[in-house]
Amino acid sequence: MSKRSTWSIPYVVFLVFFVVLPLVLVMVYAFQDAQGHFTLENIGKFFTDRDALSTFAVSIEVALENTALCILLGYPAAWILANKQYNKSAVTIVLFIMPMWINALMRTLATAQLFTMLGITLGKGTLLFGMVYDYLPFMIYPIYNVLAKMDKSYAEAAVDLGATPWTAFWKVTVPLSMPGVMSGILMVFMPTVSTFAISEFLTNNKIKLFGTIIQENINSSMWNYGAALAFVMLIIIGITTLFEKDKEEAEGGLI
Amino acid sequence: MKKFFAKLYIWILLVVLYAPLVFIAIFSFTESKVLGSWEGFSTKLYQNLLTGQMQGNASLLAAVKNTLLIALVAAAVATLLGTIAAIGIHHLKGRTKKAVTFLNNIPMINPDIITGVSLFLLFVFLHFSQGYLTVILAHITFCTPYAVLSVMPKLQQMNPNIYEAALDLGATPSQALRKVLVPQLKPGMVSGFILAFTMSLDDFAVTFFTRGTIGLDTLSTYIYTDARKGGLTPELRPLMTLIFLVILILLIIINVRQDRLQKQNQNR
Repeated sequence: MSKRSTWSIPYVVFLVFFVVLPLVLVMVYAFQDAQGHFTLENIGKFFTDRDALSTFAVSIEVALENTALCILLGYPAAWILANKQYNKSAVTIVLFIMPMWINALMRTLATAQLFTMLGITLGKGTLLFGMVYDYLPFMIYPIYNVLAKMDKSYAEAAVDLGATPWTAFWKVTVPLSMPGVMSGILMVFMPTVSTFAISEFLTNNKIKLFGTIIQENINSSMWNYGAALAFVMLIIIGITTLFEKDKEEAEGGLI
Repeated sequence: MKKFFAKLYIWILLVVLYAPLVFIAIFSFTESKVLGSWEGFSTKLYQNLLTGQMQGNASLLAAVKNTLLIALVAAAVATLLGTIAAIGIHHLKGRTKKAVTFLNNIPMINPDIITGVSLFLLFVFLHFSQGYLTVILAHITFCTPYAVLSVMPKLQQMNPNIYEAALDLGATPSQALRKVLVPQLKPGMVSGFILAFTMSLDDFAVTFFTRGTIGLDTLSTYIYTDARKGGLTPELRPLMTLIFLVILILLIIINVRQDRLQKQNQNR
């Protein structure tokens, strides 16, 4: 039996080479100048660069707002879809996932064009709308998965014991569905911070998100500063994943 | 009444979600250069697309071919590598298992721009010239974890004694693998392949950073460059409409078949 465990070796080697080493390189480049000497200048530059800092703040703000809107709109939808009383077929949930198979850039461009046609100026509002539009399925699906698998008798027991349906919902159903919500947050928050093309298209280049400045620096050969910005993002990813305690349970995502 | 509002809410969301797609589909039937201006009904864009006669835009077809080729190769390799890895990880124990699972999770947690930038730096560091090979390697990197996670549950559900029994009854390990293990893992491998394939098709950021400067385009990077230049190739409209229809038909077939299977099982 134990011989079979050696089958993981090729993949471990692959992971070390294509996942761990590249991330180490991000750190190495972040703390190096163009000549390859150690420096704190790149990280320092970020903390003194007004443009970068304000872009960073805007990205976090947009990501928070987008995540909140996705939960607000997505949770009721997931609840209705998971409720046999309202929705009998699995086809409806497939309908929510299907747009994701169409190229995201093309969908975004069409959304932007639709706004322009309706006479709505591209800006913060359209950015948020487009983001919610792109990421809502990623919130609905994990919550739906958890709610659909959930044992309904807990909420029923709460009602039998005298809770109003409303209290039962808030005190039983919502806490039990938190793994799905957490998984949804992970799939919405960081990707929003890091998008670059989507925000450019939806605001006609008026609002930059953090992903855009990373891309601009890498593409104009400012690798070290670009790596430093990516490093800042890695730190935030580290912090957000810490919030998610039990990975196994939250695995109800698209995964 | 409650039911009515619940249904209404779902329908409003769906209408909003599909509005841009319907918008593209409607305007695929007019010849105008810009999306959103109607210049009378015409199927010319479909003809252009299907005959490949586009004014200087033959690179769109090349981009579609690249997208499919890269997705097929990446998904196939990811499924193979992921299945072998899953069998290995399944037999690991304790801390080693936790560590490898954690490593496997990293590409899924990382936003695609981080995956893209970090792999870009790797290829720069190694002086590896970027092109097809680097894009495919990058796609395998972010696709394989999904293949591993699709196969893992099948291994957990499997009765390990069946494999042992095959060996006891005189099967060689490779026979037992082909005749016992693989058939049981097949559903997981298939869903892993499909997942990897769609992840690869939809990718933009990772391809963008790893494709180098040889002019390699996938559908995503093609659309990006096109939009930055200021005008989308009109033929993208019929292309997207056709892709949408193909997916719709596939999903309907799959769902009808599943419904039938369920009904058959109930009748038994």
